[in-house]
Amino acid sequence: MRYAFLLLCLLGWLNPAAAAIEAYEFETPQMEQDYNQLVQELRCLVCQNQNLAGSDADLARDLRRETYEMLSEGKSRQEVVDFMVERYGDFVLYRPQFKTSTYLLWLGPFLLLLLALYFLVRRLRTATPAPEVDEDALARARRLLENNESNK
Amino acid sequence: MNRFVLPLAGFLLMVGLLGYGLSLDPKKVPSPLIDKQAPAFSLAMLEEPARQLSTADMVGQVWVLNVWASWCVSCRAEHQVISELASRRLVPVVGLNYKDDPADATRWLQQFGNPYATSVIDRDGRVGIDWGVYGVPETFVIGADGLIKYKHIGPVSQESLEQKIMPVLKELLG
Repeated sequence: MRYAFLLLCLLGWLNPAAAAIEAYEFETPQMEQDYNQLVQELRCLVCQNQNLAGSDADLARDLRRETYEMLSEGKSRQEVVDFMVERYGDFVLYRPQFKTSTYLLWLGPFLLLLLALYFLVRRLRTATPAPEVDEDALARARRLLENNESNK
Repeated sequence: MNRFVLPLAGFLLMVGLLGYGLSLDPKKVPSPLIDKQAPAFSLAMLEEPARQLSTADMVGQVWVLNVWASWCVSCRAEHQVISELASRRLVPVVGLNYKDDPADATRWLQQFGNPYATSVIDRDGRVGIDWGVYGVPETFVIGADGLIKYKHIGPVSQESLEQKIMPVLKELLG
């Protein structure tokens, strides 16, 4: 019973991804692979949290067709990406390009990591030394404890 | 006291960034076409399918391209504003009838009035893709040099006409 429910959930979850059902025929396995990678990595502009592969929007269908046709004409994956960016901007890319305006995006996490490491090391180095102990107070405390023990 | 300064500064920076983020509209995708040459097209006119209008015909004048369709509900919302813009006779307003049935489009214009100098038919939406259209209606302002100067996404309100589009047009018209 529980498995059936899980299975239903899984099917329901997979369903939107299966919405795209044009049957394109590919001349080469390489082309099919390129196509699949592109529609995974390009964003649908209409439903902005979906990629072209998962979106059933009209525009997504048109852009899949465009992608297919460009690949059929022998264009490279990069050429298709450039075509999309030229028209819709960097926003269409789920995998942003590495360039001046995206350095912070790509390198930011490593910068934060370095910063965190720097603070960690600094903190460990300047670890507070053991507090100075007043010998007299220590002796008194020991005496009190011993008395306590012998009173039992 | 001093040890609070750094976290507080970090916190304020975060608040500032998040606050700025709230003021942005994630639905608005900045067009990479601004200040670029308007993508060329040559399309049949809706009124006279035998004749074509091309971007080359428009070079030398400031014009507005309004992307519309009869199936588009928010086009109805902006129709009055577009009509008003056209009635000011400052610039020609060309319609790009996007992924529409010409018969439906003609009926729509008869019903609501036709403000367009002409509308051209982009039946399969390819010109729309060239212009980076992703949500109808969209409105472009193109300069006499053929460069796209402004892009409005979504229905044009009276307010955005006066505050965004008119200043661009006035500057272009000098």
